[in-house]
Amino acid sequence: MKPKATVRAFLSYTFLAAASLVAVYPVLRVVGVSLRPGDRLLSTSLRIIPEGATLESYRVLLLEQPFLRWMLNSTLVALAVTLVGVSLASAAGYAFSRYRFRGRQSGLAGLLITQMFPITMLLLPLYVMLSKLGLVNTFAGLIVAYSATAMPFCVWQMKGFYDTIPTSLEEAAGLDGCTGPSAYFRVVLPLTLPGLAVTSLFTFMTAWSEYLVAAQLIHDQDLFTLPLGLKNFQSNMTTEWGLYAAGAMIVSLPAIAVFLAVSRWLVSGLTLGSVKG
Amino acid sequence: MSVLAGRRIPYLLIAPAAIVLLLVVLYPFGFNVVISFSNMSMRHFRDWSLVGLDQYRRVFEDPVFYGLLGKTALWTAVNLVAHVSLGILLAMVLNQNLKGRAVFRTLLILPWAVPQYITALTWRGLFHSEFGDINLMLTRWLHLPPVNWLKTLPGSFTACAVTNIWLGVPFMMIVALGGLQSIPRQLWEAADVDGASALRKFFHITLPLLKPVLIPAVVLGTIWTFNNLNVVWLVTNGGEPADQMHILVSYVYRSAFFLYRYAYAAALSMIIFLILLTLGMTFLKRSRVEAGGGV
Repeated sequence: MKPKATVRAFLSYTFLAAASLVAVYPVLRVVGVSLRPGDRLLSTSLRIIPEGATLESYRVLLLEQPFLRWMLNSTLVALAVTLVGVSLASAAGYAFSRYRFRGRQSGLAGLLITQMFPITMLLLPLYVMLSKLGLVNTFAGLIVAYSATAMPFCVWQMKGFYDTIPTSLEEAAGLDGCTGPSAYFRVVLPLTLPGLAVTSLFTFMTAWSEYLVAAQLIHDQDLFTLPLGLKNFQSNMTTEWGLYAAGAMIVSLPAIAVFLAVSRWLVSGLTLGSVKG
Repeated sequence: MSVLAGRRIPYLLIAPAAIVLLLVVLYPFGFNVVISFSNMSMRHFRDWSLVGLDQYRRVFEDPVFYGLLGKTALWTAVNLVAHVSLGILLAMVLNQNLKGRAVFRTLLILPWAVPQYITALTWRGLFHSEFGDINLMLTRWLHLPPVNWLKTLPGSFTACAVTNIWLGVPFMMIVALGGLQSIPRQLWEAADVDGASALRKFFHITLPLLKPVLIPAVVLGTIWTFNNLNVVWLVTNGGEPADQMHILVSYVYRSAFFLYRYAYAAALSMIIFLILLTLGMTFLKRSRVEAGGGV
């Protein structure tokens, strides 16, 4: 048995190492490109840390390009969507989790069905509506469009989190004379804080990383969000490949950190929600 | 608190969210239905009128639609098969008692954590015919001729698929890992005692017990992949070569926002939605019947 187990461990490690390399390589490549000096941007070298590595691209990006402006724009829009989505959804999710009322099933089914919409299904009519209201090329229009996709997700996630909190806690609070709103704020809310945080972070990150909707609704360079700006760099591969890479690093690092922190919660929320329906 | 007030509570809690959803989801959805029955286009943007089923007829009479449908089906199938098989494989390897598996788990999850548009734009760079890493590796290490990835339809399709497989495997891996960890180890040990082969154990223990967690993930994955405009659009820079590399959604996006065929795009959106709705419903119904209606 012993040699067989060793062979098996060896194969497992080899496989995991190879898979991890594939998973990490594109990210390492972006790090490498972001460090290339301006005269070696189009290098055909496969070295990860380039010869003459420099932070020049980061300097140009932060000081000579409207990158910080785009970051501010993205932050504002994402923050607004998160605030609207999560605050409304925390109330609605609670109702879906705790009460049995007429329209509950069809409401939940409706939320699920919106996930089958191709993005153009809402983007096209919203675009026509927003252009009639004069809201194309404004943050307000973008926030409206993002809310359309964020809201159903938030409600569904929050319902899933409330479902994991046993109702017996509220019943116990009820026996102690703590009912309705005060039971919610004193007993349930503190327990949902992690769920609230996860839903907020995920909603924020989705809006922070959205390109296709923004590309149609925002035309003004001053109103660009990060994805629009980075796409602009990337299209111009010959001269701005380094700027793209540096920007991609700055944008991705917080997103990766946040994601790794919340992913465990997210998966359990997704699967719980869909299994328990 | 009166009984009546008690009954109103859930509706009061839902009302704010419902009003917003009504304005930003339900109303646009209804409007999309109306547009799909109209002649709205660049020329008729404000003075559009209802023309009945014309746009739907146009879609179904155009051979382009059937080509797109085929490409979309192939795209979804290739991705899903790769996501599920690689995801389960990685999860099974990770589910052993190995030192450092937390590190591997974190590294392997990375593609999911990177914002999708960055992934797509970066892979577009990796597939660049002259300076992209893929061709550099092919020519330098394997001494193969370089491939013109983004200039031919098969090359472009492969580039999109590789990108999307790369970013989609971690989700299935994590779902499968969660499922595996809830299967008691004694089951496999008992099978070992009975001398069952690895293959038998996989098909008779692992896979059936993974099914409850995999099915919702596969349904979600099918919908996401079918609708994955992001990857296809950004890797091919809007359908290169020459508008050939499109799946249904990217073609709708192009028709609406680049060719200004609003009514046609709205009708095609409706058709995509109906395909997915039918697919999703039958999928869920079948898995419910198999599970004895217990889900």
